[in-house]
Amino acid sequence: MDIETIKKTKQMTAKTERMSGSEAIIKCLIAEDVDILYGYPGGAIMPVYDELYKYRNEIHHVLTRHEQGAAHAAQGFARISGRVGVAMATSGPGATNLITGIADAQIDSTPLVCITGQVPSHLLGTDAFQETDIIGISTPVTKWNHQVTKASEIPEVLAKAFYIAKSGRPGPVLIDITKDAQFGELDFKYEKCIGVRSYIPTPKTNLESVKAAAELINAAKKPMIVWGQGVILGQAETELKTVIEKAGIPAAWTIMGASAIPTSHPLNIGMVGMHGNYGPNKLTNECDVLIAIGMRFDDRVTGSLDTYAKQAKVIHFEIDPAEVNKNVYADVAVLGDSKDSLIELIPLLNENSHEAWHQEFKDLYAIEFEKVIKDDLHPTKEGLTMGEVLNEINIQSEGDAAIVSDVGQHQMIACRYSEFNKTKSNITSGGLGTMGFALPAAIGAKMAAPEREVVAIIGDGGFQMNIQELGTIFQQKVPVKIVVLNNEFLGMVRQWQQLFFDKRYASTEMTNPDFITIAKGYHIGGKRVTKREELADAVKEMIASKESYFLEVCVEKEDNVFPMIPSGASVSDIRLS
Amino acid sequence: MNQEIKTFTISIYTENNIGLLNRISAIFQRRHINIESLTTSKSEIEGVNRFVIVVNITEPQAKKIIGQFQKQIEVIRAYYHTDEETIFQESGMFKIKSDLLFNEPQIQNIIKESNARIVTVNKEFFVLEKSGRRNEIESLHRDLNIFGIMQFVRSGRISVTKEEMKITEMLLAFNNQ
Repeated sequence: MDIETIKKTKQMTAKTERMSGSEAIIKCLIAEDVDILYGYPGGAIMPVYDELYKYRNEIHHVLTRHEQGAAHAAQGFARISGRVGVAMATSGPGATNLITGIADAQIDSTPLVCITGQVPSHLLGTDAFQETDIIGISTPVTKWNHQVTKASEIPEVLAKAFYIAKSGRPGPVLIDITKDAQFGELDFKYEKCIGVRSYIPTPKTNLESVKAAAELINAAKKPMIVWGQGVILGQAETELKTVIEKAGIPAAWTIMGASAIPTSHPLNIGMVGMHGNYGPNKLTNECDVLIAIGMRFDDRVTGSLDTYAKQAKVIHFEIDPAEVNKNVYADVAVLGDSKDSLIELIPLLNENSHEAWHQEFKDLYAIEFEKVIKDDLHPTKEGLTMGEVLNEINIQSEGDAAIVSDVGQHQMIACRYSEFNKTKSNITSGGLGTMGFALPAAIGAKMAAPEREVVAIIGDGGFQMNIQELGTIFQQKVPVKIVVLNNEFLGMVRQWQQLFFDKRYASTEMTNPDFITIAKGYHIGGKRVTKREELADAVKEMIASKESYFLEVCVEKEDNVFPMIPSGASVSDIRLS
Repeated sequence: MNQEIKTFTISIYTENNIGLLNRISAIFQRRHINIESLTTSKSEIEGVNRFVIVVNITEPQAKKIIGQFQKQIEVIRAYYHTDEETIFQESGMFKIKSDLLFNEPQIQNIIKESNARIVTVNKEFFVLEKSGRRNEIESLHRDLNIFGIMQFVRSGRISVTKEEMKITEMLLAFNNQ
């Protein structure tokens, strides 16, 4: 269809028109500006797929090779674009296969609308073929879910779904639609949802609390900021940068907040948390005011709560009231959208530099560089390190790439060492820690932002958890760059076994297939690198490639990721070796 | 904050939607909080349901789960209250053989003294209903058990607060947003 027809279709939503429930679903998606959809057909969703065929020039459907891939691809799409990702599946196993992606989106606040087909309503509850209670199953991992049993409910429910998914603290919504509702007819009229009674997505910023926060910050001798993904979701990157620069506050990030401020910014002091940087972790227990912005004090960030920042006054900027005082008591809580709150805060802040305090972070960085970073990025030993691969990617992509990382040692290395010039450049599974995330998420990310270089960093374990999505990459011709850091181990578990389980490597060693041949089977070209002298050229070739590219780097088998805060220990007990 | 375990009555005003009970019970389940009793019914406001849930938890726990309830899209407002802040009742029903009513004079005294109400009487059985505090119903149960109870059932707690809830005003504010 041409642009005019598309415009007409969108205008049509203003007046009533008789159509099937399936067609109405497609019209709702078009009205919500959905032009790409990830999914997998099956019996209970076939009427919708049949309609999709008719609208195939307006909505591009990406056939993933597994529904989990569809959910993760939709997540990747959402995370890089800030738009709602959409995934679709059939009933029963199709729906349950989405669950891991939905749970991941829930904990990482990613806006997703998942549409599942369901058996006809007269068969509900009869253990019919491919029937599961997906509403029951998805309830704990969705922001909202709803089952539609009548065609007439479709427009209102889908409008609500998109509104809820993207407003306030975003999250996944699942809409289950029975097959008879898909076949049934309705008088279609679409009105976007602009509010739901009983749901206040964004609490209004309270100016008194902003003033109280500003007073604490202005009086602080050793203030420290820890920001999270709330800054990216609230599009408050510029405001955060202004706060940091005006008040001269050293600022660290959680894994989900990575890339909101460029890595090279002089006041960016690195990552907090279990494998974060030495300085920000150690000095969390020395700062006098801790300013948390759009982050939720995850246990991977805080370590033991009994010893976390006890000496500091805590200011918490947060959109979700349930997060305030959940893990860490906030002396001042500023509820609201991060952008709105920071805009109010900026004029109240005094200009400051805190140079001596900042120097303390630099001093600790120097120690970390000497003991950890130097050997990670510029190793002298024989085996290749994950860090030097990341370093090479930074050089070749000039820090402009979006890095989609899987879960494990390579993820920590990718987050620690990637250079991020632009926001929304770190796409990873933070809260759920889902192995198998990166390959499909990279597909969604590249399709949402084709102008960006998208590099997936994956371990040999996680790669094989959703390896089938190589088929999607091949069929869709998505030019993602895939880097598998192969240490023939489930590296992170092995590291824990080494440190805490007397080196009993129970079921963590992997005998891997020939990945290059597998990639070749999907018509994806690439290289295997086993020697340091081959690395730079291979990465260069990968970045220069206009097509998808598979790079396998055989890295040191038993390397560990340091620094590390042992599970349940205090942030100040961070170990360098 | 007080870490002592106390009885709290949680009131949740919600939209009347299928599936919400699941969401609410899941919040307790995840935190391993045992529900002592749960009652759900319509509230004073048309189209708005009210859950009354009794749990034994600490006050910080109560605060945190209230936050989790309010986060649910279809929850209008959630509160927690101590016993002192509410007026609450339960109701029990007892089915007893009719012979006993006529042959055991003591039963008639028990009914009278307990202020229980006879709901129905027929040849085979009669049904007593008693509303009040849990201990009053339990005491009646003990007294009647001596003679034999054919069936017994007790409701969950129903409760109103001594203080105003201001839900109607809140709903008006939602509507005006």
